[in-house]
Parts: sequence; structure tokens; C-alpha cells
Amino acid sequence: MTTATSKIARSAGFHTTAAALAILFLFPLAWSGWSSVKGQPGSSQASGYGFGNYGYLASYGEGLFTYVTNTAAVTAMTVVGTLVVSALGGYGFARFDFPGKNLLFLATLAILMVPYATILIPLYVLLDRLGLQNSLVGLSLVFVMFQLPFALFMMRNSFEAVPRELEEAALVDGCTTLTALRRVLLRAVRPGLVTVGLFAFLASWNDFFAPLILLSDASKFTLPVAVYSMQQRTFGAIDYGALEAGVVVMAVPCLLVFLLLQRYYVRGFLSGAVRG
Amino acid sequence: MSATSTRPPDTAAARRSATSPAGRAMRRARALKGIGYTAPTAAIVVVLFLAPLVLVFWMSLNRWPLLGAPRVNAPDNYTRIPDNPLFLDAVRFTLKYTVIVTVMLLLVALGLALLVQERRRGTGFFRTTYLLPSGVGFAAAALLFYGFYSTEIGPIHGILRSLGLIEETFSFRGTPNSALFSTIALVIWRFAGFQMLILLTGLQSIPLELYEAARVDGASRWQAFRRITLPLLRPTLALLLVLSVSGSLLAFDQFFILTQGQPDNSTLTMVMVIYREAFFRFDLGAAAALSVVVLLVLVALNALQLRVLRRRD
Repeated sequence: MTTATSKIARSAGFHTTAAALAILFLFPLAWSGWSSVKGQPGSSQASGYGFGNYGYLASYGEGLFTYVTNTAAVTAMTVVGTLVVSALGGYGFARFDFPGKNLLFLATLAILMVPYATILIPLYVLLDRLGLQNSLVGLSLVFVMFQLPFALFMMRNSFEAVPRELEEAALVDGCTTLTALRRVLLRAVRPGLVTVGLFAFLASWNDFFAPLILLSDASKFTLPVAVYSMQQRTFGAIDYGALEAGVVVMAVPCLLVFLLLQRYYVRGFLSGAVRG
Repeated sequence: MSATSTRPPDTAAARRSATSPAGRAMRRARALKGIGYTAPTAAIVVVLFLAPLVLVFWMSLNRWPLLGAPRVNAPDNYTRIPDNPLFLDAVRFTLKYTVIVTVMLLLVALGLALLVQERRRGTGFFRTTYLLPSGVGFAAAALLFYGFYSTEIGPIHGILRSLGLIEETFSFRGTPNSALFSTIALVIWRFAGFQMLILLTGLQSIPLELYEAARVDGASRWQAFRRITLPLLRPTLALLLVLSVSGSLLAFDQFFILTQGQPDNSTLTMVMVIYREAFFRFDLGAAAALSVVVLLVLVALNALQLRVLRRRD
């Protein structure tokens, strides 16, 4: 009897605490969505509820469409680039022996040790010499580099977990290693690819520091830099409604992808990639 | 790429006859393929990581204006660092921020992890809820909180007032401390769920039998936590410590967007000063020298942390 009551009490305590915390964590997100459609005197949505702030955002600067397109282009190039480079590299590291193998792997992991700013200051100069400064392609290549330690580690482990027999059967059938990789192995490492792609997506869609330094032309801006410039431009009279509308535009795709692929996000950390 | 070779390489056979001439030829063919597959990785690492790393050292030895030709001036960029009061203040502030945010974040994350570690009705939902802010970009989160804290549309002002905590207008950048702790609240909101997730994987690796044995021995929940959970969680805590310390020492987005260094440059971080040297004072050489210093400190600190933690294990 008493244990039953204490069990119920403990369960009620758990649910109250957990629910209160859930409200704390959800509140800023809900508030930003609400304030992006709520009227505010002096803003583009002067009263009532509506999409006035989004209308203002659509025509701000080079236009929301430009910023979304830039961000989507950088994200797509980063995701595809990271997947191709890390799938080929992960396969190479998992299955082949060659001189300089350990050195290259350590050099790739060393990217994690070097501060963002330390590498971006010289990259600003270097990309200029390569004609890739203020370029979405250049920015994507930089993102691929930053993703590489995690992606390569993840893909090497994924390929190592695939039994060798699977690929040897294909090789005996006369496939080249590249065909075996494409037809047989890629399917076996698909969860790893989804995790790598998810991390590349979240990083490149959201990153602020690299585009802030590497992009100088407003027509090239990605969303975080564009919305930041909007917050900066009107000193004293910031259009907060439009600011929150910008936050919603940035956050919603990420939250959807995040909820949909949460399993893979968690898996990325379980894989030992962060424990390594 | 060598991978397109038409010869069917039998890896098992290659391993068996590694010493015969045919085996050696096969090994060489496979080595070439390995080089081919990792060539894109090597290209990116060399061009976009190792080359800039060398370049930043070279830049730090030069007077390197944003526009115009560089000229060697070593070691001026380094000897001038102690004359840069902004940077010295930033070092002090960044260290203070790192200590406070690391401790607070870890405590909140540990609390969350302990709360939702048992599988019962609703834990899945709660875990997802706490993790959700991690799906929002950090810069987007900082911009969100910029509005959230504002007196114009933010709810914080009204909430604090109705609780009687403040009487006058609340400005989150009013004092150095309010600016610091407003930012820390943002960081906890954004990262606590992520740390909770990593702690949960650590908690799940602790065998349940240990807790049962402790209960049989009459240990209280607190004793079990201190004697079993904490020691076995140490590798996970160590990982989070390293991640949080290096992440916080390199803090940029949160202060650059939210406090903009205000009030009175009291919330400038090291990376913000580097950015300022490079793109407001157009002195890339000085920025490079500061970056090199930050790099060396960080590498030394990480090496130290790993050594201390490994010795304890």
C-alpha cells in the first residue's frame, strides 16, 4: 500500500518536473513562431495577426528568395561533397593498405584540434588567390573540410563493420572494387551515410562564422548572415518581428529534418565518433 | 582513378600469397587503389587545411594588410600582443565564461539525463523536447534570443517584472553580468539536450546489476549515485569537459550576435578580437599571430586534459 502510493507520488513528481522543463525548452521556439506573425506597432505587421513580417523579409536586401537559394545551394554542395569524399575515403581507409595511410588519417582528425578562426583567416587569403573568395563553391569546400574528420571516421567504421565476404563475392564475380562499392557496399553503409549527410546539412545550413568571413557580397549571403545583417542595419529601431520571421525560416527546415532523422543523429554519437 | 582497373582482385588470395611475386604485385595494385580512393580526402586536407595552417604561421610573421602587399616584420605581431589591452581583457573574460558555462551546462545536462534515464511513459517525448533546441542553428538561436530578451517584444521583461524580480526596465546588456548570464542561458538552452544525449549513452553502459547489488547491500540512492554512477560516468564526463572547454574558449557566435561585446567591451571573446583585428582594423598579420597563440594554447590544453584524464583512468 505505502510502496504503491510512493510509486504514484514519484511518478507524479517525475511528470511534473519533466513537463515543466519541457515547457521551458519549448517556450522560446513557440514564442518566436508566435511573435513572427503577431502584430507590433511600427513593424510590417502593425496589428492583428498575419504574414506582414514575412512579406518584409521577402523583399529585404537582395530578397529572401536569393538568400534561401544561396543557403540551399551551399547545403546541397556540402552534403553531396561530404558524402562522396567520405564514402570513397572511408572505403579506402577500411579496406586498403597504402603508404602514408596513418599520416593522412591523423592529419584529417587534426582538423578537429584547430580553432575555426585560426584556419579561416588564412583561408580568406588562400581562397582569394584561388579565385574562390566570395564564392558559394569555395564556402562549400571549406564546409566539406570541416565535416571531414567526423565523416571520414564514421564512414571508415561503417565500412569496417561490413563483412569482407560481401564484397569478395562481388569481386570474384568480376566486379571492380568501384563497382563493388557502388552496387553492394553503399547499401550496407547507408545508415552511416544518412548520419554523415545529416550532420553536413545541419552544419552548412546554419553556420555563421565561415560565411561571415568568406562572403563579402550581399547577393551571396546565406540566411544566418543575411538575417544578422538585417539585425545590424537598423540600429536603434530593429524590426524584431521580421527578425523572428527570419529565425523561423532558418529553423523550420532544420527542426523538420532533425525530428525526422533524430535516430541517425543519436546514432552518430553512439557510433563512438565522439568517444574516439 | 586506379579503381577502374579491370583485373578482379581476390583479396583473400592476395593475403595468402603476400610474399610471392604475384602477391606483391597484387598488393601494389591494391595500394594504388587505396591511394586513389583517399585522393579526394588528401586533396581537401592538403589544400584547405595544411596549406592554410602553414600560411597562418607565415602571415603572423608579416605585416599583412587586408589590401596591399605583405612585408616581413617578424616578430612584431607577437611582441605587440601584450600591448593589446582588448585581447588581454578578452582572454580573461573568455576564461571566466568557459569555467562558468562548462560547470552550469554539465550540471543541467546531468540533471536532465538522470531525470529521463529510466524508460517510463513519456520519457521518449521529454528527451526529444530537451534535444529539440540542438536542431536549431546556433546563430539562429542567438538571433531568436536577441528578440526574446528585447524590451520591445520579448516576454522576459514582463515575466521578471510580474515576479517582482526587477522594478525598472530590464536591459539584458545593462551590466556585464546580466550580459554574461543572458548568454549563458542561451547556451544552456541550445546545448543541454545535446550533452544530456551523450550522458544518457554513458549511463546506459553502466550494468544494472551494480545498482541491484548496491540495493541489496542497503545503499541509499545518493550513495549509489556517488559510488557507482559518477565513477563509471567519468569517461563520458571527461569527453564533455574537453568538448565544452574547447568550444567555449572559441566562443564567437553567441557574443557576437547577442551582446556584440557590450556593455563597454566587457563581453568580447578572444575570437571576436581576432575577427576585429582582421576585418575592422584590416591587420591580418596581427589576427594571424593571435590565432596562432590561441591554437597553441588550445592544443596544449587539450593534451594536458587528455593526459590528466587518462592517468586517472
